[in-house]
Amino acid sequence: MRLPAAVAKRMGYALVLLFAVLVLNFTLLYLAPGDAAETIAGEAGGASPEMLAKIRKDYGLDLPFHDQLYLYLAKIVQGDFGHSFYFDQPVTTVIFENLAPTLLLVVSSLLIAISFGTFLGVFAARRPNGLLSQIITVLALLGYALPVFWTGIMLVILFASLIPLFPTSGMDAGPLGASGFDYVWEVLHHLALPVLTLSTIYLAFYSRLSRASMMDVLGADYIRTARAKGLNERVVVFKHALRNAVLPVVTFAGLQFGALFSGAVLVETVFSWPGLGTLAFDSILRRDTPTLLGILFFSALIVIVANLLTDLAYRLVDPRIKTAGKT
Amino acid sequence: MSALLEVRGLSVEFDLKDGTVSRVIDGLNFELAAGRTLGIVGESGCGKSMTALAIMRLVPVPPGRIAEGAIRLAGENLLDATEARMRDVRGNDVSMIFQEPMTSLNPVYTIGDQIGETVRLHQGLGRREARDRAIEMLRAVSIPAPEKRVDEYPHQLSGGMRQRVMIAMALACQPQVLIADEPTTALDVTVQAQIFDLLKELQQQTHAAVILITHDMGAIAEMAQRVVVMYAGRKVEEAPVDEMLTNPKHPYTRGLIACVPHLEADPALERPPLMEIPGVVPSVAELGRGGCPFAPRCAEAMDRCRQDMPPETAVGEDHTAACWLYPDAEAAA
Repeated sequence: MRLPAAVAKRMGYALVLLFAVLVLNFTLLYLAPGDAAETIAGEAGGASPEMLAKIRKDYGLDLPFHDQLYLYLAKIVQGDFGHSFYFDQPVTTVIFENLAPTLLLVVSSLLIAISFGTFLGVFAARRPNGLLSQIITVLALLGYALPVFWTGIMLVILFASLIPLFPTSGMDAGPLGASGFDYVWEVLHHLALPVLTLSTIYLAFYSRLSRASMMDVLGADYIRTARAKGLNERVVVFKHALRNAVLPVVTFAGLQFGALFSGAVLVETVFSWPGLGTLAFDSILRRDTPTLLGILFFSALIVIVANLLTDLAYRLVDPRIKTAGKT
Repeated sequence: MSALLEVRGLSVEFDLKDGTVSRVIDGLNFELAAGRTLGIVGESGCGKSMTALAIMRLVPVPPGRIAEGAIRLAGENLLDATEARMRDVRGNDVSMIFQEPMTSLNPVYTIGDQIGETVRLHQGLGRREARDRAIEMLRAVSIPAPEKRVDEYPHQLSGGMRQRVMIAMALACQPQVLIADEPTTALDVTVQAQIFDLLKELQQQTHAAVILITHDMGAIAEMAQRVVVMYAGRKVEEAPVDEMLTNPKHPYTRGLIACVPHLEADPALERPPLMEIPGVVPSVAELGRGGCPFAPRCAEAMDRCRQDMPPETAVGEDHTAACWLYPDAEAAA
């Protein structure tokens, strides 16, 4: 299948998927217990039954379910994601303010996990019974077993009281903090612990995956061919083996992007990182349904885009995919 | 006739999981002159491919190692060469074609890249020259439209085409020795004949010495001038090809020749029953138990065969066998 056609097809699927996500999210939150009108009234310092009825009418909360859903979808098609009760701002404004910190956290964790994980895996594969292999196995086991919030809290305890090397909360030093290049440094300094927490699990996972994949590939016939050509071991490993071994890593990186994203919610909460995760968590407590729906929608969008990019990356690495439809 | 490649007393050992050592090749001797073809035959597991890997010094270490012997290429003992020197030899002086064309090419690089890589490495050609050379080699192995094929990936080619690519790759640096390890086993019969014709033609052009490893006696008769029969890591018989086919001495060689099915011109004639050699090749763990390794499967085995290893003995002019059936063997022991 040609590339543009394949992309168009995937985009079509993505649209259908997004629609399903919208309907499902809306339905779930409609069914969830709690009354938004009471929360809004509570913010205003309590209200009489007449007041509550007025709020319900103003926000369309008294309409039947299908009318509410229709109104919601119709507005989204026009690019209107609603209005946050809490912030008294359009949902899109609120979300975009929180999007960049989350992407920074998730993307840097993913890149670190993939690059270091693959690197470790390749070296471990050269000595399947060596010390590095054993360490990776133990780390991977810990990574699977330890919940991300626990790791986060332990790191907070470690760095807040025992070795105060890194800040344990927030993204910068606040309005009195540095600016310009110093600000970048400050953000990176704050980023260290959340990224460490979020990437450790995946780092262990990818190193184990690439180790297994690399060991498999190193036994392949074409590796013997490469050696028989007289290539040195570095070229054999990093040119001939690595590109084949990295295929499953790419697949899993795409599949796990969603999991990584939900892991970010927990990490952000633990480290008070001002991203979508913290916002989502707070919005649940505030019964700020429009914001929550918006976050869910954009998260789904990001995951779908990530999967699409994975697909494209896969095509770049493995020539067999490009022409799969032709044969 | 001076030998280009000389293998003397070659032994390869493997450490087994239970801590014992298995000698998968034991005291192998043969030699080969430029422009000639030596056939090495035997069933799977007889050490044929391991011999090829040993010549390339590609025996996986550990668990394997070349325990003793000498492999001399134009007088230079490759077993004494440094790893860096061996990398110069591999693909340049000695190259190899493998059994599985479907999996022996790297799926993520174009065939032009893979052929060009060898000449860039050994002859220092640039990217563009290497590509031209790859096209030239593809044309030499009779691949149609080489200018187009050079940019294709292995999965876009058929098995026969891929084996041609492997041959192009192996011959790109005009090696002195070409080792073909069952080059046609995975291919259709008609394609097999084409590949053999191609190998012969290219051998005449380049004057390379060829080691043809196979279990196909037909291929040996077609291609080789001389044959070594291997069993359980040892040479059991060696002779010129005509002598071997008409006058085989070792019961194992006779068995191999009897296994080849015959096509009768007249289907009404009763066909001779197809022979088989009972039993299987001993596993690596069973090697080195004393006596002739073929004895358990041999119809002519005597008591002595189960106790003492028969030495290599002259059984005719330019014809040796390792078997207690021949009186000279007894005298030599």
